[in-house]
Amino acid sequence: MLTTPDPANQLKKIEIEDYETLVQQVKPKPPLLKNSFWAFVVGGVICMLAQAIQNYLLSKGAGKTDAASWTSVIMIFLGALLTGIGVYNELGKIAGAGSIVPITGFSNAIVASAMEFKREGYIFGVGARIFSVAGPTLVFGFVIAVLIGAIKVFISS
Amino acid sequence: MISLYMAFLIGGAFCLIGQLIMDLTKPDVTPGHILVGYISVGAILSGLGLYEPLVKIGGAGASIPLSGFGHVLTQGTLKAVEEKGLLGAFSGGVEAAAAGITAAIVFGYLAAVIFNPKE
Repeated sequence: MLTTPDPANQLKKIEIEDYETLVQQVKPKPPLLKNSFWAFVVGGVICMLAQAIQNYLLSKGAGKTDAASWTSVIMIFLGALLTGIGVYNELGKIAGAGSIVPITGFSNAIVASAMEFKREGYIFGVGARIFSVAGPTLVFGFVIAVLIGAIKVFISS
Repeated sequence: MISLYMAFLIGGAFCLIGQLIMDLTKPDVTPGHILVGYISVGAILSGLGLYEPLVKIGGAGASIPLSGFGHVLTQGTLKAVEEKGLLGAFSGGVEAAAAGITAAIVFGYLAAVIFNPKE
């Protein structure tokens, strides 16, 4: 028995392929050099600011671990505040990964995703949505850290 | 003063790598993927003993990128394992990262409640 391919299905396949090549042609190439430059500069400046805070705390006699913890807390606060007043997202348009990778970007992801969901209420709207990006991040951090700890227990026993 | 330059250089390099990942790979790599990737790679490098040298050189340039958060989780876990064995694997990470996690939840929630998205 002769089986002919379903013409409608075949047409669909061709259309999808054509469409994808067209998208590849038309899509603007990300300006790699410019993006990289701004990511480097903005990310660098954020880390430099954090280092300045850390140096100040150390000069005031804080212990090394405490100074690092305080610095994280302050940077997280700044990230949340700047996201709230709308500055951080503007910065993100220029800086790209320069605003995502530092811990201020973690804080930005928490606030930005939660702010949109006030209409669902302060408990299951905002309260749940602060974890839409932070949740997966913490899950992977914890799982890997516990695994590494378990491996160490296994090796040293 | 030199610590500021090193923080700028190392921190900038971390962000540059993130930007290259976003621009050179599939467009479905979102900021969320970058954050998950950084904390995971940071935790793993830390377990292999490769992250601490970066913190020694770069200071906040290595501890402020989210990979530094993964480093804190792993180091806290390893230290607690030495003291308490397997129980430490479950308690050490959160203990070491407690201030950051709590600050992120509290400040994040408050900012989202107080401010409204701009349109």
